[in-house]
Order: sequence, then structure tokens, then C-alpha cells
Amino acid sequence: MSLFGLMWANLFRKRTRTVLTLLSVTVAFLLFMLLQAVSAAFDGGGVNVVGVDRLISSPKYSIVDSLPISQKQQLLAVEGVSAVTQQQWFGGVYQDPKNFFPKYPVEPREFFAMYPEFRISPEQLDAFVRTRTGAVAEQTLAEQYGWRIGDIIPIQADIWPKESGERLWEFELVGTFVNADQRSPLLVFQYEYFTEAVESYGKDQVGWWTVRLDDPERAQEIAASIDVLFENSLNPTRTATEDEFARQFAKQLGDIGFIATIIIAAVFFTIVLLTGNTMSQALRERIPELAVLKTLGFTDATVSLLVLGEAILLCLVGGLIGIGLAFGVRAAIAPALEGFIGAFDFTGATVATAIALSLGIGLIIGLIPALTARRLTIVDALRER
Amino acid sequence: MSQLVSCRDVTKSYIRAKEQVDVLTGINLDIEEGDFLALMGPSGSGKTTLLNLIGGLDQPSSGSIEVGGVGLQDMSERALAKWRSENVGFIFQFYNLLPVLNAQRNVELPLLLTRLSRAQRQKNAQIALEIVGLEDRAKHKPGELSGGQQQRVAIARALVADPKLLVCDEPTGDLDRETADEILNLLEVLNRDHGKTIIMVTHDPKAAAHAQTTWQMDKGKLVAEVPA
Ligand SMILES: Nc1ncnc2c1ncn2[C@@H]1O[C@H](COP(=O)(O)OP(=O)(O)OP(=O)(O)O)[C@@H](O)[C@H]1O
Ligand SMILES: [Mg+2]
Repeated sequence: MSLFGLMWANLFRKRTRTVLTLLSVTVAFLLFMLLQAVSAAFDGGGVNVVGVDRLISSPKYSIVDSLPISQKQQLLAVEGVSAVTQQQWFGGVYQDPKNFFPKYPVEPREFFAMYPEFRISPEQLDAFVRTRTGAVAEQTLAEQYGWRIGDIIPIQADIWPKESGERLWEFELVGTFVNADQRSPLLVFQYEYFTEAVESYGKDQVGWWTVRLDDPERAQEIAASIDVLFENSLNPTRTATEDEFARQFAKQLGDIGFIATIIIAAVFFTIVLLTGNTMSQALRERIPELAVLKTLGFTDATVSLLVLGEAILLCLVGGLIGIGLAFGVRAAIAPALEGFIGAFDFTGATVATAIALSLGIGLIIGLIPALTARRLTIVDALRER
Repeated sequence: MSQLVSCRDVTKSYIRAKEQVDVLTGINLDIEEGDFLALMGPSGSGKTTLLNLIGGLDQPSSGSIEVGGVGLQDMSERALAKWRSENVGFIFQFYNLLPVLNAQRNVELPLLLTRLSRAQRQKNAQIALEIVGLEDRAKHKPGELSGGQQQRVAIARALVADPKLLVCDEPTGDLDRETADEILNLLEVLNRDHGKTIIMVTHDPKAAAHAQTTWQMDKGKLVAEVPA
């Protein structure tokens, strides 16, 4: 036996109590890891950043606003702009709400010219242009749902019902494209068809513009002049580079990082209270034993370190199990989340923070019991038994 | 024989609720090395208090206590702790074993403070358990042992660092007659064959009969040496 062995044995004085405490610490750290990963993904680390020669021009105040198609000609007239194309957030559900992937109405030729990283064969692009209700899917998305050319893909509209009141949109798959850089599940269909068939409030509306520049160096300047152009119109814009846009988009979904921090703080606060209480209670039962240790020649300092060490050990073990579980959960859910929030992963810094937190919480929880243990005098403690 | 313990004008007072309680009022006591001394007296007379002072668990309000030539009254907490671990073994009425550790580990506990290797610690603990006749219960936890067996483990723990002095506060107070006699015989063996000096507080005259010397205490004073 060693001092560590003594600490370990003491932890398991009441097995159920220790296991329950350990469990709550474990769950807290599992939550911590997952929320960290989610907020990291939303902070932009995981969001795809492509060509800096493209700007996104979106409604100034909210992503749920729309912009009028009439802006297109004005944008094309801006000096330094070489191409403009529109997209719209379609939303909608394919079979089940959990089958999440983005769906955009687009101008076929403009879209594929704007995004050269999306590669499609000329024949399929022609077919897309010819087919009014046609759609093309990113390769891995098509594979995921087993779609083949000629299949009809039914989408239940949530934002955009048809003019007829009908919510079912049916698209015919006429091709697939691949993304040269990474997997990016996406289904696009004809803007022409969308704007003709959609409920009147959606007609001639676009979600955002993608603007190609002659000279990427002038991105800031041209973004500013676009916003000035529409500043006093009914539809002011906010123009930014693509990666900035992705970040703003995520922000508008809710300040995920902030919410995550609040949740984590609440969880840890609870843990400190509960575990701290358990520890103090456990200590009271042990006062005579601690006095015995002192009788045998353990100094005040050693006894208080033993007690502190137990608290830290408990939190560390709980923390490590939680971290381990988080890696297990990631392995299970990361593939499903990838298309939605990008990379779902833990950085070394997250793991290090978790370990540091577990040590810190152990320290806080163990502090009062350790001081109590330090202060107790042998003769008083032995008289109390 | 040389002198092991020497108490000079020892007083001990406690302040409780702003009242001073004088528990020991001028104790003078000398104990020879190899003695087996019993302390008797009415409840509250200060027996435990005196025993705790001699064992270095507490310090006197005035006067001096020397054990093995070392003055305990001025030692720091840390120095006193180290001194206890090397020089005194304690045996209590309620055994005071750690319930989470088995017998072997309870006995090994004081050795964690020494520089002995793990193997040496285990060996010494085993020998101490053999001396008290409990080597076959080494893996049992206190909850799985009888009162007499637990007290034997406590005695083994008091012995394991090989101190000169054993202090026992009513070591048989919680045991039946027969078991008490076994424990007392064991203490006698430790005194006679292993050279341990023993101070034992007891209420039981039959227990005191095992000692060589018996002192009577009353109201914080040693009142009479009772001849054996
Ligand atoms: N830490 C303390 N604080 C206050 N008073 C104390 C303290 N320790 C002992 N006393 C008082 O000192 C007196 C002697 O106590 P002590 O425990 O030494 O008696 P004792 O002779 O061992 O009695 P018993 O036979 O009941 O064990 C008692 O009146 C007790 O209340
Ligand atoms: Mg007493």
C-alpha cells in the first residue's frame, strides 16, 4: 500500500455514493466536450472557406429576409464585378426532418460557372438546363439516399409552398456533381421553376447573391460599394467574403458559443455544489479516522493533502471517463453532423481544458474538507467518537 | 533501569465557554523503562488527558514532559508528529482501525511515514500480525473481525514501528472478560519479552493486576501508588 492506495481505498468507503458522484462528474465532462465541439464548429473552424474572389451579398438585417431579383442588373453594373448569381434557402423536408441537407434554387449555368469546384459533366448540365423540374445532387448526397438519375425526389416545403397551396415539390434527378475539395451535401434545382411555382411572396425573391470579382484584392472596397448602392433602397444589403458570411450565418442561428458557455457553467456550478456537499458529508463521518492518522504520526499537512487528493482524484477520474465517452460519442455522431455544422471534433486545447477543469473543480471541492482535516485536533476528535 | 518518562509539575487546563477547567493540577510522575503501569481513578479524573500528554497527542499548559530524554512541551506540531511515529504506539478502547483497509494494511499504515521499501513494509506488518497471533486474518477488514481480533490488529499497528512506549486507554473496556484477559496477557508478553514500556488506563482492577505498578488518580492529581 502507498499514500495513493490509501486515498484510493478511502474513495470507495461508500461504493454507491462514489459511483453516483463519479457518474455526475463524468456526465458533466461529457457535456462539456460535446458543447465545446459544437461551438467550435459554429465559430467557423469547421465551415468551408472557398475562393476569396467571391462575395456574398445578403439582406442587411436578417437571413430570413429576401432580396429582389431586380438587384441583379445593378450588381452586374458595379465596377469590378464580373459575375452575379442568386441562391435561396429552400428549407423543406426530404422524407424525415432528420434528413438534413441544404437545397437551393439556382440559375444552372451561372451557378456552376460561379463554383468551379463543383464539377458536373457538360451533358448533365445541359440536361439540368433543359429540365424545368430537374435537380442535381452532390455525389455523396445522392449515394447516401441511393438516388439514381431519373429518380423523383419529393420535398415537403416548410417555408415555400406552391402558389396552388400544395406543399409537395417533386424534382427529377438529372445529374450529380462532385466537390473537388470536400464532401458538401447539397441539392440544387432550377430557380426558374421555383419562382414560377412558388407562393406569390416568394416570387422574384432571392436569398443572397454570390458576386465574382475581377480582382480579389479589392474585395473590401467592392463589398462596401455594393452596400452603399442599396443602402437607401427597400432592400439594403450586407456584403462580405464567403467565410465571413458563413460565420455570420452561424451567429444568427443563435450565439451557440455563448449558450454553450452558459450551459457548461450551470452544469459545473451544480457539480461543485453537489459533489462539494457529498465530500463534506463524507468527511464528517471520517473525523475520528483522520484523528487516528494524526495519532500515528501523519502531520496536519499530510492529512489535509490526503483529503484534497481524494477530491482531485475523484474529479480527475470522472473527467477522464467523460472525455473518453465524448470521443466515443463523436465517433458515433460525427458523420451525421458533418453536413450541418462542418467538422465535429475535439481540439487538443479542448481536452487540455477539460483536464485542467477537472483538476480545478477537484481543488475547489476538496478545499474546505482539506482545511477541516488540517485544523482538527487529535484529542477533540477522539473525544467526539 | 533507566528512566523513560518524567513528568514535572504538569498542568493542563481547557477553556470551555469562557470558563477555565483545570483538568490536571501538578502531576509529577516517573516511569522506568520496561515498566508496566496502570492508571486508575474515577471518570473525569484526567487519566486520558495525562495519557495523551505522555503520548505526545497534546501538550501541557505548564510543566515539562520528557520521554526518552526528549522534552515534548515545546515541540512543533510537525516535530511532535514525527516523534510519535517513531516512539509511541497507541491502543484505544474502540480500536480505531480504518474500516476501508484490511488488517494487513491497517498495520502497515504507520510505516508509510518511514523510508522502508514496500516489500519491507509488508514484511514488518506481517511479523507484527504474527506477534499478536492474527497472521491468518491479514486480508480481513475490521468489519469482518471480532472486537478482540480488532484490538489485536490495533496492537500490531502500535507495535509495527517498534516503539519503546505503548500507551493504552482502556484497551479492554469494550471486551468481555475472557477476551480482555487474552489482550492483557498479550500486553504482558509485549512488556516482558519484547521490552515494551506500557502505560495503561483502566477502570478494571483485574486488568490493573496485570501491571507491575498502579497509580490512582483523582481530580487531576496522582493520589497514591497502589502496591501490586
Ligand atoms: N478537550 C477538552 N476540552 C474540555 N474539557 C476537557 C477536554 N478533555 C477533557 N476535558 C475534561 O477534563 C476532565 C478529564 O477528562 P479525561 O478524559 O482525562 O478523564 P478520564 O479520567 O479519562 O475519564 P474517563 O474514565 O471517563 O475516560 C473531564 O472533566 C473532561 O470533561
Ligand atoms: Mg478516559
